[in-house]
Amino acid sequence: MANKWEGQALVRKQAQIGDGIFDLTLQADEIAARARAGQFVSLYCRDGARILPRPVSLCEINAGEGTIRLVYRVAGKGTKEFSGLREGDAVRVLGPLGNGFSFRGKSAFLIGGGIGIPPMLELAKELNEKEPQTEHKMILGYRSERFLLEDFRAQGEVFVATEDGSAGTKGNVLDAIRENHLSADVIYACGPMPMLRALKAYAQENRMECFLSLEERMACGIGACLACVCKTKETDPHTNVRNKRICKEGPVFDAGEVELS
Amino acid sequence: MNKNPDRNMEKAAVNTSVQICGITFKNPVMTASGTFGSGEEYSELVDLNRLGAVVTKGVANVPWPGNPTPRVAEVYGGMLNAVGLQNPGIELFCKRDIPFLRRFDTRIIVNVCGKSAADYCEVVERLANEPVDMLEINISCPNVKEGGIAFGQDPKAVEAITSEVKKRAAQPVIMKLSPNVTDITEIARAAEAGGADALSLINTLTGMKIDIERRTFVLANKTGGLSGPAIHPIAVRMVYQVAQTVSLPIIGMGGIVTAEDAIEMILAGATAVSVGTANFMDVHAAEKAADGIEDYLRRHGIADVRELVGALL
Repeated sequence: MANKWEGQALVRKQAQIGDGIFDLTLQADEIAARARAGQFVSLYCRDGARILPRPVSLCEINAGEGTIRLVYRVAGKGTKEFSGLREGDAVRVLGPLGNGFSFRGKSAFLIGGGIGIPPMLELAKELNEKEPQTEHKMILGYRSERFLLEDFRAQGEVFVATEDGSAGTKGNVLDAIRENHLSADVIYACGPMPMLRALKAYAQENRMECFLSLEERMACGIGACLACVCKTKETDPHTNVRNKRICKEGPVFDAGEVELS
Repeated sequence: MNKNPDRNMEKAAVNTSVQICGITFKNPVMTASGTFGSGEEYSELVDLNRLGAVVTKGVANVPWPGNPTPRVAEVYGGMLNAVGLQNPGIELFCKRDIPFLRRFDTRIIVNVCGKSAADYCEVVERLANEPVDMLEINISCPNVKEGGIAFGQDPKAVEAITSEVKKRAAQPVIMKLSPNVTDITEIARAAEAGGADALSLINTLTGMKIDIERRTFVLANKTGGLSGPAIHPIAVRMVYQVAQTVSLPIIGMGGIVTAEDAIEMILAGATAVSVGTANFMDVHAAEKAADGIEDYLRRHGIADVRELVGALL
């Protein structure tokens, strides 16, 4: 069985769940059967003028139903097109792509910021399944409006930070961790670069393991074009320079191995 | 993978193979350098045996780290890239990438980049005893400060680098030309005078994309090379002009997405074509172009693809 599948996926449902945030479920049996938390798919536009696939993280994988759930923000014309997809439409998809999260068997923070929140939901589900005895706390940082909160609460204890203080801790995810006196052995996180940089520093200070999901503008999505690289501490055995491919060796990296710009 | 025997019989009736410098390619469709790596990543999804050749991503004498990110930006009908020729260097390439490609029934064309004539020559000499079919010399990359396009915009420099490389090359030499020049035929003539065995054209056109919300450049490098369907008519025109000017075989590229695009290029004078950015649009683009050319020949009752080469000249 090849690792990746490419083809037309049927839209099972789509709903708007926030300001510019869409919740799309696709029938993609082959992808659902082999995907894991932290991986992503490439979605292709119908509009021939939009030539590059859009990388979208997996929010939930339902192998039994053969479906994948994608929660994304409309950021440009490509994602605007996807937001118009309705039940029964088809969309071309390639995946699963990237490495996904690795499980450490230790108590963990699952931290999502903004549109980095969705992939942490599948991770929470898989951790509950694979490590039911370890403790996992979810910390979600929003600008203001919350989304997916009920889905996360179904997976365990959730702490919220909002920039405007409209819910939970006023501030960022680290403020929520401090305010609630939370501790853990491992950080898994996805979100904006300032948050990831702060978490990397926090993990170092507190001697925690830290795994960060990075994003970058991509072209091929499969590791051939070398568009989406990040700087690394050591020479990468594949590229033979201090660069790793986010779409291939990532998007999840040990914070210690990457240099965050 | 059509098992219909009638269709297979029809397939036997048309010839899709072409010859360049005495080397036979099973069909005229190649992958354009830089869009396909050395084929490994695509091989999971694409049958490399169905391609006329794999043209590898540019390789230098030593590893190059490339440019800062963002390295790509989408534009209407195309994309800009400023990857900056990141590559693992010729040693790892010879150890890993060539043996990988040898497992497939396709031709291997190695794209060579450098910052100086000595760099190009070092790579070409290192490849002399390697089992590769042709060399494509990249004198047209717009995204690196030294080498690349600096060699490709001055006819005297083009002639000089071509003859330096030719002296050392064990395989036929293709010079890859830049469209970022006033008169591409002048550059083509210079490559021919330097002893080139074939020409590839076109590389990307230098462009720029500005993010008006952030009021900044989208690419970290500010400028990047424009590729994709938007540049196809320019590439067809340049292939046509160059085909009228020199007697060298031409590998045509620039915005080829479909078999129809490839056939335009062949009619304009290209013996073979490369599919590049279209690989990002559809991982099967090159395979589909190869199949589509065969269908076109059958549909028009043409027995041999070579009848189409330069038919409009």
